Amino acid sequence: MRSGDSDDRRSRTATLESFADTIVPGEKRTPDDRAIAGAATGGGAVAAGAVELLEQPAPGLAAGLDHYAAGLNAHAEAYAAEHGVDLETGLPAFVALPFEHRTALVARLTAPGHPEKDGWVLLALFCTMAFDTAPHMRTADALAAGHPGLATMGFAPPQADGLWRFGEFSYGRQLADLHPATTPSGSPA
Amino acid sequence: MSAEESTDVLVVGSGFGGAITAYHLAAGGARVVVLERGPWLEGKDFEHDFLLGSSYTRVFDFVAGDGMSVLSGNCVGGGSVVYFAALPRAPRFVFERHGSIGRRMWPAALSRDSLDPWYDRVAEAIPVRKQDWSDVTYAGGLWAAACHHAGRTANPVPSGVDNSLCTNCNWMMAGCRFDAKQSLLLNYLPGAVAHGAEVRPLHEVQRIERTDDGGYRVHYDHVDGVDYRVHTGSGTITAKIVVLAAGAGATPVILQRSEEGLGALPHAVGRYFSGNGERLNTAVVNEDRVREVLGLDRGDGRAYLANQIGKGPVVASWDRLDAALPEYERFSLEQLYFPPGLGTILAQAAGPAGSPSWFGVAKKEMLRRWQSWLTVFEMVEDDNEGVFGPPPPTGNAYRISQQMLGRGTLSYQPTANTKRAWALADAEVKDILERDGLATVTPWTNDVVGAYTVHPLSSCRMGDDPATSALDDRHELRGHPGIFVTDGSAVPGALTVNPAMTIAALAERAVPGIVEAARARGVQVTYGAPLPGSGTTGPMVRSAP
Repeated sequence: MRSGDSDDRRSRTATLESFADTIVPGEKRTPDDRAIAGAATGGGAVAAGAVELLEQPAPGLAAGLDHYAAGLNAHAEAYAAEHGVDLETGLPAFVALPFEHRTALVARLTAPGHPEKDGWVLLALFCTMAFDTAPHMRTADALAAGHPGLATMGFAPPQADGLWRFGEFSYGRQLADLHPATTPSGSPA
Repeated sequence: MSAEESTDVLVVGSGFGGAITAYHLAAGGARVVVLERGPWLEGKDFEHDFLLGSSYTRVFDFVAGDGMSVLSGNCVGGGSVVYFAALPRAPRFVFERHGSIGRRMWPAALSRDSLDPWYDRVAEAIPVRKQDWSDVTYAGGLWAAACHHAGRTANPVPSGVDNSLCTNCNWMMAGCRFDAKQSLLLNYLPGAVAHGAEVRPLHEVQRIERTDDGGYRVHYDHVDGVDYRVHTGSGTITAKIVVLAAGAGATPVILQRSEEGLGALPHAVGRYFSGNGERLNTAVVNEDRVREVLGLDRGDGRAYLANQIGKGPVVASWDRLDAALPEYERFSLEQLYFPPGLGTILAQAAGPAGSPSWFGVAKKEMLRRWQSWLTVFEMVEDDNEGVFGPPPPTGNAYRISQQMLGRGTLSYQPTANTKRAWALADAEVKDILERDGLATVTPWTNDVVGAYTVHPLSSCRMGDDPATSALDDRHELRGHPGIFVTDGSAVPGALTVNPAMTIAALAERAVPGIVEAARARGVQVTYGAPLPGSGTTGPMVRSAP
């Protein structure tokens, strides 16, 4: 029973990782990594902590993750049948789907008009946020730890007190003519 | 059994529409209670942190609708705490707009000339400052230089930021840590509290009903301070006057839910919603071309690489705010900053045709150049095409996350006029920024969460025509004397510029009429208090939660 539970959990995690990796792709953790397809260099949403974020209570999706994973795999099976893609056995169907097909399936699930669009967009939004903002960590800590998303974007670190200040911020000169109808208070006429 | 609580004036919401009216009514002697659904944070409470549960997610609301998502404040001070403090006045032609109804939308009593004295008052109270080129950030300077290169003008935008305190940290959407942004927490609200107004955070108004004596009973829930999906109690307060200022995404929903207890509502409640015609474009600039073509250099070898640095929008191009142009062809283009997450998710990569644009491989490549991004904000004339569906059980959305994220009932299907206006503005941005290889520009996608507005308007609007407006020109809800609406929902239509200044001026203008109505209902209140300022306000003291 316990072993079955942990198998289910591993399958769920791998499926969610594959989804996150489709949203923001990254490099494989090991040569035989299946959840991460290795479609891009550097860490992607998985390395950024997408699954950890989804499992936290704050986003409000944790209770639905089993359902999300099952749904993804059901869609992947249907997609594979439709496109004649042979899925490797022993893997969750979405994980077994080649990267370009995962991408096409996610595009379909999140497109206007798909009946399940809202749910898949929600999952994608949090996967994106895991990469772009690391909202499961203190931002200063995430930067100090080399969070792959913030590092990829070149997000500048804070000062020693954990706050951001930019002393140099302006080219310091007039760079355009003002609109001729500007009022004395600086508004449009 | 204890007596039911009562007050003279019950104000729903503490943004511009609520704080300004609360100040004047309290200063004039009325008993004022302000119910605010969000928390009360100030100064040092505002964190530089994207962590869920930090001030950034506590003070914001993101409500996804069908075709339109709305970002708004959720805290004491409302939109003023999370906004960018860009405070231009609306151009003269805006007040003459016909929009979707084929005749003037604004009440005859309102024009730029008649509103200017009220704009002046707000400018003094906030205060609003003209910005100098030395205040303009790298991003604003880049936008100005590109506009100039393309033969356009560009203006530093009047602002509510005290530049002597500003650190250009660009965290202002999470609330200003340094009190540089002059939110309502620094002027009208402490003024109101000093005059005895009670501001109660985490009190979410659900509905209003009429009482036997012609007053109103306001029903509210206590909202948990961490998990906004959890309500920990409820209560009621009766009032002689109700000022509704919950924001254009919430005011009509409260009224819809109140229809049983109030009686029939004007047809325009929950209709004619405008997203202020907003749309965003992201330019990924070519650093070499910025140096070569525009001659820009930060002095350390970098031409730009400064997306993160600044204080939101500082420069706008107003060339298309031309009264001679036909309606739906007038718009402003404003340089803007959105933090990662809100500012990155909907940006589209210019990848190969057929590949996904908002996620995937090409999008990640685009993110690698994030410091070279320049966001341009379009404010066009839309068609007031938003309509709210039946209200959710509580609040203005079905909350999904503990904070911030919910699903609302707003439906917005842009008309051909709105789509064409966006296309014209997109083309203008492209013409300016792709000239001579300066940048690659793409609009944000509307396919994921619909269009996206940070300036919801018009969902309970004023006008002279009862068929197409919910309020008269004094902001009173038609058929419901004593209920006034003073937030962005009262604004008749898109303004082509940031609307906070206009919402605030309209609230200032509404006060004498509300005072008169209160006096007619036996409230001992006068009008004419000086504007809040150092002479009239003391330190802010938080009421008990």
